[in-house]
Amino acid sequence: MEEILDIARRHSDSAEICRVTSVRTPVQFEANRLKQIQTKESVSVALRLVKNGKMGFAQASGHIPAADLVNMALETSEFGYPVDFRFPALGPYEEVAVYDPQVEHIRLDSMVSLGQAVVDAVCANTPGILCEGSISRGTSTFEIAVSGGGRASCRRTNFSISMDGMLVRDGDILYVGDIRSSCRPITDAGPVAGEIIRQLDLARNNASIGSGVMPVIFTPFGVAGSLLAPLISAFNGKTVLDGASPLKEKKGAVIFDSRLCLFDDPTISYQPGSTPFDDEGMPARRNALIDHGKVAQFYYDLHTAALAGSSSTGNGGRSGGMPSPSVHALVIEGGKTSPADMIKDMKEGLIIEQMMGAEQGNILNGDFSGNVLLGFKVEKGEITGRVKDTMVSGNVYQLLKEVLAIGNDGRWIAGYVNTPSIYCPSISVAAK
Amino acid sequence: MQDKLFSVIRKLKADYLEVRLDESQSSRLVFRGERLEEAGRTASSGGCVRALVKGGWGFASFNSPDRLEESAGLAVEQASHVGKGKSEFSPAGAVVDSVEAEYKKNPLEVTLSAKKSLLDEYNRIMLDTAGIQTTSVGYGDIRKKIIFASSDGTYIEQSRIDLNLRLAAIASRDGDVQQVGLSIGSKGDFSTVEGLHEKVRGIAQRAVAMLSAPEVRGGTYTVVLDPVLAGVFVHEAFGHLSEADHIYENPQMREIMVLGRRFGGQHLNIVDGAAVPGLRGSYRYDDEGTPAGKTHLIKEGVLTSRLHSRETAAKMGEKPTGNARAINYGYPPIVRMTNTYIEPGSTTFQEMIAGIKEGVYAREWYGGTTSLEMFTFSAGEAYMIRDGKVAEMIRPVVLSGNVFTTLHNIDAIGNDLDMNQGGGCGKAGQSPLPVSNGSPHIRIQNCLVGGK
Repeated sequence: MEEILDIARRHSDSAEICRVTSVRTPVQFEANRLKQIQTKESVSVALRLVKNGKMGFAQASGHIPAADLVNMALETSEFGYPVDFRFPALGPYEEVAVYDPQVEHIRLDSMVSLGQAVVDAVCANTPGILCEGSISRGTSTFEIAVSGGGRASCRRTNFSISMDGMLVRDGDILYVGDIRSSCRPITDAGPVAGEIIRQLDLARNNASIGSGVMPVIFTPFGVAGSLLAPLISAFNGKTVLDGASPLKEKKGAVIFDSRLCLFDDPTISYQPGSTPFDDEGMPARRNALIDHGKVAQFYYDLHTAALAGSSSTGNGGRSGGMPSPSVHALVIEGGKTSPADMIKDMKEGLIIEQMMGAEQGNILNGDFSGNVLLGFKVEKGEITGRVKDTMVSGNVYQLLKEVLAIGNDGRWIAGYVNTPSIYCPSISVAAK
Repeated sequence: MQDKLFSVIRKLKADYLEVRLDESQSSRLVFRGERLEEAGRTASSGGCVRALVKGGWGFASFNSPDRLEESAGLAVEQASHVGKGKSEFSPAGAVVDSVEAEYKKNPLEVTLSAKKSLLDEYNRIMLDTAGIQTTSVGYGDIRKKIIFASSDGTYIEQSRIDLNLRLAAIASRDGDVQQVGLSIGSKGDFSTVEGLHEKVRGIAQRAVAMLSAPEVRGGTYTVVLDPVLAGVFVHEAFGHLSEADHIYENPQMREIMVLGRRFGGQHLNIVDGAAVPGLRGSYRYDDEGTPAGKTHLIKEGVLTSRLHSRETAAKMGEKPTGNARAINYGYPPIVRMTNTYIEPGSTTFQEMIAGIKEGVYAREWYGGTTSLEMFTFSAGEAYMIRDGKVAEMIRPVVLSGNVFTTLHNIDAIGNDLDMNQGGGCGKAGQSPLPVSNGSPHIRIQNCLVGGK
């Protein structure tokens, strides 16, 4: 890393290098049995350099001579954008706990037993179901250094458990599942097995549903899978800068229900999305995106912020290329209503647990449309069964303008989203 | 290299063992509106070892070449930890071969500056169209060399070049945002992304027109799909279901997917195969060393075959089809599609829409996904069909259905097969894998369309 930075410094105005080193061990189950154990090691480096005021970029995984990487970046700098920001000084940062040495010492046998315990519990509840999933542990280190002399690094651990069940009955396929992850070991199979069994119990019978407009409850999985993608796009500083966000002129305006608060929060201890600094070395912080219904703030990386005349919100993320604005961990603040009370309140409506294809609508505009992969019909305050051959479509801004209730059942989905159930007055349903 | 890999393989005790080394160089250019956002280059090298012991699998991937032996040992150790039964894996003879990259106009010989100029032209056309708010343009190419060696005594070197261009024109008015995209891919021919100026003008104009287009009322319609969207449909609705790894360990699925079952009318023929030459999903050998094939999944409406890896084939008592693919050295191969299409029939487009009183004509693609039984896929462009004619433009639609009924509901197959090379397939975290899919125009009765 130092060698690359040294060469880069000699050939450019300024430079920044990042390295990510990781080892991950997933233990995989298929058809209710242990199937495969993997170990995945990887090292990658990414170099940004400024030459004649323009940005160059190159990255490599695996071994590469330092001079080659620098040359690649220099070559691209001829076409790079004019640089209007400086690489930051790197630090000081507030501490965020994301490393637990215990994760590195978990034995493969314990991971296998944990997965088997989930499988056994689910199979005992529903014979004939086939479970597939993985238990995974991992460690990664992110290091960043700039030609100005700053250095920072962050070591993190991750443990996750994900399990899906597939039940085939007379040409009818039912999917259920849960996923949980943490920077600390998860040792109890109970919550994941319990969630899957809850879904199975509700889906025992099928119920018919007619086409029309009706109230809807999005469960935490439903919110995460249907409603968040359009919001992540609309609050992205780059989408706003390009004029492609429906929120571009709405900053400060109350356009959502006044009970709705949405944060990007990378400061919560031992959450996989947490971090002391972003992928450009800017301090990561808790940002309110929606504050009691108000469009509070957009999120930025360094480059986008400079173009927009704003400042980085600590949201520079790297996903395969140059940094761009990205969220760490989205948190929708919990409300007061229990899911049971929401159901009791419904005369006739729909509960959406999993959607398929929701992201295929015009996300930029806040639209979503998809097939209800797992959802339930409610009649007179009671769940009557699972719906099938049902499509819903709606617009996030219309749905969240006035909601009937926000749940008190907030939970983490895969460690990157924490949301309660949300009860909305109306959604369009098309059913066969 | 051959001797070195075989010496590592011979030292270890496993029912089957394979090593894959992978080296690639790629470049990419990204525009957002007026701005060139990224000009970047990537080099990547690494490898992996996969071992089968008593029916259990171990897999270890690494970046540094000096980790090969240790990773191989680890893969065997992990496989032994898992394996408690008997390995079932289709046998194969030793193959030694070397396959050079095919290309017509090699993208690696086109300078970054020439690529940028071309993208500038396309971007300019879109930005100069009245009503366009912004654009996004992404181009990438990759050259990849893969070395494969296995305990069968097989040693194969394969190189390939893949390229992809994605453009989107975004129009906006009064807080309403609409976009239209174009996605083009090729196995090594840069000329496929050249000369698209008129097409690009078309997508920009359509994005603006879409702002004034009404939304369809949700419900069931007679739907006509163009070759591009029908290709996405066959990939999502049927292709994934014919991947044997969804079937082989599931007794109920084996019953549902029993060979000989009727899925559609006499006119329905569906094929997948990497041996179909010159397409984005074409190759000579898959990532288990099996030669590429061409598989008739459905012949005259009846299920005749499915896509296999060597493990799924052995466990189902069928033959491997050469469909085991891995996106890179970080993953083991799994059963994937290659080039998937509906074979042409004889109906003309005019005949197809002639009898439709009210229907939807859906064109181009935006996305698609499947749960095996249910699928959804979305159009990039849509029109109403009224009284046998293509009528007003509507907002793009999302279509959904149940595979077991929908294939029966295809009641007309066109004579105009066309392959779409712009897609990438995702499965089990491995995305986007280069594939192609295609079809002639098809008509589906009673198809569920999402809407107001």
